[in-house]
Amino acid sequence: MSDGSTATPPAGNPKSAYFLSHEDEAVERRTLAVMVDNEPGVLARVVGLFSGRGYNIDSLTVAEVDVNERRSRITIVTQGTPHILEQIEAQLLRIVPVEQVIDITKSKRGIERELALIKVAGKGEARVEALRISQIFRANVIDTTNESFIFELTGASEKITQFVDLMRPLGLVEVSRTGVLSIKRGKEKG
Amino acid sequence: MTTDTKTKPAAETLTMTGAEIVITALKEQGVEVMFGYPGGAVLPIYDALYNSDGIRHILVRHEQGAGHAAEGYARTTGKPGVCLVTSGPGATNMVTPIADAMMDSIPMVVLTGQVPTHLIGTDAFQECDTTGITRTCAKHNYLVTDVNQLARTLHEAFLIAKSGRPGPVVVDIPKDIQFATGTYVGKEGVHKPSYHPTTKPHPDAISATVDLMMHARRPVFYTGGGIINSGPKASDLLRELQNVTGYPVTSTLMGLGAFPASHPDWLGMVGMHGSFEANNAMHDCDLMICVGARFDDRVTGRIDAFSPNSKKVHIDIDPSSVNKIVRVDIPVIADCAEALAAILKEFKSRKAKKPDLKPWRQEIDIWRARKCFTYANSDSVIKPQHAVERLYELTRDRETYITTEVGQHQMWAAQFYHFDEPNRWMTSGGLGTMGYGLPAAVGVQAAHPDALVIDIAGEASIQMMTQELSTAVQHRLPVKVFILNNEWMGMVRQWQELLHGERYSHSYSETLPDFVKLAEAMGGHGIRCDNPAELDDKIREMIDHPGPVLFDCRVEKAENCLPMIPSGSAHNEMILGEIKGDEIGEAGKGLV
Repeated sequence: MSDGSTATPPAGNPKSAYFLSHEDEAVERRTLAVMVDNEPGVLARVVGLFSGRGYNIDSLTVAEVDVNERRSRITIVTQGTPHILEQIEAQLLRIVPVEQVIDITKSKRGIERELALIKVAGKGEARVEALRISQIFRANVIDTTNESFIFELTGASEKITQFVDLMRPLGLVEVSRTGVLSIKRGKEKG
Repeated sequence: MTTDTKTKPAAETLTMTGAEIVITALKEQGVEVMFGYPGGAVLPIYDALYNSDGIRHILVRHEQGAGHAAEGYARTTGKPGVCLVTSGPGATNMVTPIADAMMDSIPMVVLTGQVPTHLIGTDAFQECDTTGITRTCAKHNYLVTDVNQLARTLHEAFLIAKSGRPGPVVVDIPKDIQFATGTYVGKEGVHKPSYHPTTKPHPDAISATVDLMMHARRPVFYTGGGIINSGPKASDLLRELQNVTGYPVTSTLMGLGAFPASHPDWLGMVGMHGSFEANNAMHDCDLMICVGARFDDRVTGRIDAFSPNSKKVHIDIDPSSVNKIVRVDIPVIADCAEALAAILKEFKSRKAKKPDLKPWRQEIDIWRARKCFTYANSDSVIKPQHAVERLYELTRDRETYITTEVGQHQMWAAQFYHFDEPNRWMTSGGLGTMGYGLPAAVGVQAAHPDALVIDIAGEASIQMMTQELSTAVQHRLPVKVFILNNEWMGMVRQWQELLHGERYSHSYSETLPDFVKLAEAMGGHGIRCDNPAELDDKIREMIDHPGPVLFDCRVEKAENCLPMIPSGSAHNEMILGEIKGDEIGEAGKGLV
């Protein structure tokens, strides 16, 4: 964009709002569910759009959700000003195999969840403390040795981040996260 | 051809090779001309073409030429341009035309050969990841891995290329798929469920637009290539709507011809090298109705000073174009013809008195009176503007089609050659591809064999695709290349004068070929002119010559293309007379 350095309104009182001084617009976080035909290259098209047009991807998950109709659901967490977010949605819909873009964040019915696998190694009191905290977070232990646990934890991204932060002093070894999944509450689709 | 396949019962299955499927599908799609270049990975398709009547194949000299020829063909006929090239370098040479067609929304179907499926990914000879390379510069692309999907894919490719916002679609066909035997399916019923462009305008948007029109005292139509893409009906409707409303009309580079330049309400082109009256009307209007244009940076100038006091209506078939650069009050997502027809109907139905536009016209007349395209003519040297003016005067009464390369000559052509009909003007607007004009002229001439097709060129641009003159000679396509030869990459030189203290770094066209001899060497006719007194006669000689011509028109070397909105400036800050050197501020220097 060629605006920016001199985004001052011209003299007079403009009747319409045209000076898009994007700098003044706050950056928002947005979760989008992108419904696509599961055909070769479709993920590359979506991801390529983000890199090609300079948009951010904070998180990305993708899997086929309808085997018969070969439909995949891509959940993307992105950031931008409202103007950029509007563009992202419109640009996504330009991609031929993109059927629908669902704005989860804007919807009051949106639910976001993430799954994480967290490996923690330690002995003695630290090991006991790790297990105790995992119970508070309702994490499952899916593997254990005398010196380690692997916890499986599901929840909002913030909850997982909080858990990981708590594990750090207790011998955090490794984290694997799925990225955000999303769906809307209620009986309706999309 | 089309009727043949239609009369066949739909249930009948046709078994044939992949290569035959390609030719059959092209014929069913009504393809009459294609542009291509053979190579290892498309030999089966070329073999099928050998046994086939009904499709004229124009062999180019470089694949990029095939792409631009297909673009020229598409732009002038409204039908998708088709090209056929081989894998690897054949495909990579097509990337520029594909990107060009994407930017200018030109319908095009590009068939590329690919190495056999079992060799894909092995770095085989002439292998490249064609779908990967073209993914971001094509509207859509396919790699066909099942011969039974080939026919459907090709029909889908045509559907996507020409519908919605048109664009290039690439179909990559591995060689083993071309040899394999499979089932042909016809185009009827082929569709892509996820692809559903909106073409009909929302009635609320139409009535809101007309509400604004009922009170507009300073309205302007800002029209673009979308009208041309929508078809001749959209141009007719624009003319009718203008006739009913009396609004002045300006257009982008891509939209020239949709509204007749001979009309008294025509303002001339808008934008960086547009007219003073068009740019000031855009700046001072109170209602801007944008029809099929996209607020490109060459049009808007400085965004934060762009038409500050107007309400804006944006008619576009592509929702992503709306509110991308400029925030508008009323988006109308629709095909231009549909939207114009709906506005026309609604406007006619409103009986209330509409504002008097006389004061607005008077204001526009004051801007017009500046005569912004005035230049100092000369008896001793041909001025480039004069050359285009003479070319226009001597060809205006014929069926003439103009293509251009990119640079100063392109802008002079847009300023001094006037179009009264759509589909007569083919130029690379969005991507700005030097080398576009000659192959595009080849494509236009293939569509209109008896018309006069002229590529207005510069001596630098033409050297990017000169080899296509040989194509024109081979296929008896009598294109005329009118080179405004100023021995400079003129627009680069002009920007260096404006922005870089007249330090002309690598913009002088050293060791130019002798264009007359070059034309003759390639089997064409060469003409040179450096005397204003001889110009008319030599232009007539060019027109009368039955074959391809290279016209080396030696023009004033230091002429600048004016008027100009310097980058970073607003519409009402045009340079009119001459460049002084201090027009572009620090912010503008960083822009393109």
